[in-house]
Amino acid sequence: MPAMTINVNGKDRTVDVSPDMPLLWVLRDSLELTGTKFGCGMGLCGACTVHVNGAAVRSCQTTVKSAVGKTVVTIEGLNAKAEHPVQMCWRQANVPQCGYCQSGQIMAAAALLKQKPKPTDADIDTAMRGNICRCGTYQRIRQAIKQAAEVKK
Amino acid sequence: MNSIDLVTRRTFLGGVFSAGALVLSARLLPLEALAASGTTTASAAAAAWNPSVYLGIETDGTVIVVAHRSEMGTGIRTGLPTIVADELDADWARVKVEQALGDVKYGSQNTDGSCSIRDFGDAMRDAGATARMMLEGAAAAKWGVPVAECKAQNHQVVHAPSNRKLGYGELASLAAQQPVPKKNELKYKPASEYRYIGKDFPTIDRDDICAGRGTFGIDAKMPGMVYASIERSPVYGGKLKSFDDQEAKKVPGVQQTVVIPGFKQPHGFQPLGGVAVIANNTWSAMKGREALKVEWDAGEHASYDSTAYKKALLETVRKPQKAARNVGDVDAEFAKGGKTHEAEYYVPHLSHAPMEPPAAVAEFKDGKVVVWAATQNPQAVQDTVATALGINKNDVECHVTLLGGGFGRKSKPDYVAEAAMLSKAVGKPVKVAWSREDDIHFDYYHSVAAMYVKAALDDKGKPTAWLQRCAFPTIGSTFAGPVARTAQGFELDMGWTNLPFAIPNHRAENGPAESHVRIGWLRSVANIQHAFAIHSFVDELAHLAKRDPVEYLLDVLGQPRKIDLGGRSPLAAKYPLDTGRLRNVIELAAERSGWAKKKPAKGRGLGIAAHWSFYTYVAAVVEVEVDANGKVRIPHVDIVVDAGRVISPDRVKSQFEGASVFGAGIALMNEITAADGRIQQSNFHDYQVGRMTDAPIETRVHIVQSEAPPAGVGEPGVPPMAPAICNAVFAATGKRIRDLPIKKQLA
Repeated sequence: MPAMTINVNGKDRTVDVSPDMPLLWVLRDSLELTGTKFGCGMGLCGACTVHVNGAAVRSCQTTVKSAVGKTVVTIEGLNAKAEHPVQMCWRQANVPQCGYCQSGQIMAAAALLKQKPKPTDADIDTAMRGNICRCGTYQRIRQAIKQAAEVKK
Repeated sequence: MNSIDLVTRRTFLGGVFSAGALVLSARLLPLEALAASGTTTASAAAAAWNPSVYLGIETDGTVIVVAHRSEMGTGIRTGLPTIVADELDADWARVKVEQALGDVKYGSQNTDGSCSIRDFGDAMRDAGATARMMLEGAAAAKWGVPVAECKAQNHQVVHAPSNRKLGYGELASLAAQQPVPKKNELKYKPASEYRYIGKDFPTIDRDDICAGRGTFGIDAKMPGMVYASIERSPVYGGKLKSFDDQEAKKVPGVQQTVVIPGFKQPHGFQPLGGVAVIANNTWSAMKGREALKVEWDAGEHASYDSTAYKKALLETVRKPQKAARNVGDVDAEFAKGGKTHEAEYYVPHLSHAPMEPPAAVAEFKDGKVVVWAATQNPQAVQDTVATALGINKNDVECHVTLLGGGFGRKSKPDYVAEAAMLSKAVGKPVKVAWSREDDIHFDYYHSVAAMYVKAALDDKGKPTAWLQRCAFPTIGSTFAGPVARTAQGFELDMGWTNLPFAIPNHRAENGPAESHVRIGWLRSVANIQHAFAIHSFVDELAHLAKRDPVEYLLDVLGQPRKIDLGGRSPLAAKYPLDTGRLRNVIELAAERSGWAKKKPAKGRGLGIAAHWSFYTYVAAVVEVEVDANGKVRIPHVDIVVDAGRVISPDRVKSQFEGASVFGAGIALMNEITAADGRIQQSNFHDYQVGRMTDAPIETRVHIVQSEAPPAGVGEPGVPPMAPAICNAVFAATGKRIRDLPIKKQLA
């Protein structure tokens, strides 16, 4: 297998894995960036959400090969001090319960706000309905996104 | 009866505390625990208490609190330590929380049953008070002043008359030589001086989680670790006939395959058995497993079919069954030939589906095992792994990670035993991470259940007799095998044998049911089906009588009184079922939701249900909107909670917000079915759970201020949700839902 180089959180990383391996497992097993979570493996739950070229994607449905030459940002690289407005508002609203899905939720919310700085409730529904939280933190997620939109203005 | 001992041997935590630290061991041996252990089966044992907490003060002033309960999102890893810290008057910034290893010395670590604060809060408070008094005593001795003049304040002891101060760290070694105050000598802080208890307080894990730094079971790693994916029999109890791993071994990264033997009845927490593919990364293990060719002898459960099973369960509840509670004479009342009403209800199997599927890492080396696991029950990990490997449980070191959801699934450590067995077989540390398909196919499911209820009614539509029957496969089958066919006492005591209504004639029955899959407890357990039937039926009676459901419910509940539980509740003395408190949450829920003002309109309605579980009183008023396509939207939920004294109001709110979503999922869409013995759902496309767009949009949680002993919080929000939603659906549409989930029944 040829080694591949992907840019993750601003650094070029070379990995020697099967080209069809999902980015999720490259991040988690090869690069030890375990903030990105496995939840379903079918793009149904959003726990594995990362940014590729600035857009939210499901890393379990994205091959490592397809990420070559693009920039990948994970929860660990969203903000060096974890002070992205979304993270700050997440803390302020005490969103997390178990916390497992929250990396994916935060990445999805950050991508939404980049695209739509003042999202409506319908925008939030559309962007976030792919991210499951079994603890049921949805109403605080909505609240935190709205607060982050205020911060970003 | 609490007791605090000075721990003289410092080695008990493997170096968590330094040699000079003041270390207190708080042991709580509640007499009730002995009574509770009389209620049969491992699950009752799992809910039994022998609590034990540890607190240390380092010479540098660091206060170390050992969190012996598992963190799966309730905030308990923060909540219990704040009790110690507050009573000790410690500076929270200098408190360090250490997660305990699995060890019997802590008493029960099984984090389920919504009992952590209830069972351990007092022990934590005693530990804090003891340490504070010993620190004050040490300062008094050092200064040669009366101890009454010394007061602990924010991590130091202050002698006001001379304006002298000494930090807790400076006093730690001296304090360790002070006499340990007896339980009856302990002086507690007045509640008015609490700095942490009752205040909104971020959890210690919040910031790590928001930064992607929290470590869950699936994130744990060990040097030289390999990864496993396990193919299991699609039918419960199926035996491996043959397998061909030639293609699997050709997958790049795959190293070998290992057979895990099948379980022996009763299955308990044993692994199901199967063929494991070992690889140098998760993806290769999964791909290798797809390439396996495996033949199974499906065995006796291959005919399990949910449609036929439902029919049989309903037949069972139509016939007289064994009484679990009997008051007056329902038969005589029915024989009078007056007006009656009857209904049947059904709840399907449910799957826990925590966002983190079961995951653990284990290393077997030199006859000992070290595991890192997302587990609610580290001592059961020790027992299960030890039995699986034929070693002593003390040779199993279980580290507890954060849990990506638990809901009861992670009390059962079959997946941890898989990792340990595989590590022994391959001679390396092994990570086992279940796929979502594994999780849905091989869960310890919530029982499928059928209920029948019949009432005789007086001229005002009030019940003069109330008969209820239930049948469901019991959790007892997990521990006793298929011979267990009727419900355990603890299952019936979850909302079936404690009907709180003032009805002179009442009988609660339970009939037999066979188990064809693994059955386990899921957030609020048998309360789910019992609450659904009872609170739906009382709403049916209200409408039959053409009376307001809240007014009717309060009437049926009767005058405030304590229900005689006939010795069934081991905690009845401390936690009686007080219908006055139940009335109060109902009245508050009606008031806060604007019940009286919001009249039902076409496609919009309100529903109420109130349920007592885990010693907590909860009433939920749900507002639904049902559109022309039969889709249910839930704009508002008002939940009123009386859980006694509350430590962390924001975390209590968050648990009930979450229960609102969890309960809505049960009402609207959660359903596991079997055909040909195989579970028909596999992932979130066909086992649907509540998403942002289906969940209640706003859940307002109202906490009743109470000085009653603290009760459960994690689970009791779930049971009233499904009946409240279905009652609201009836108000909105006139259609009565008796089978869960609602799915397309309103289309």
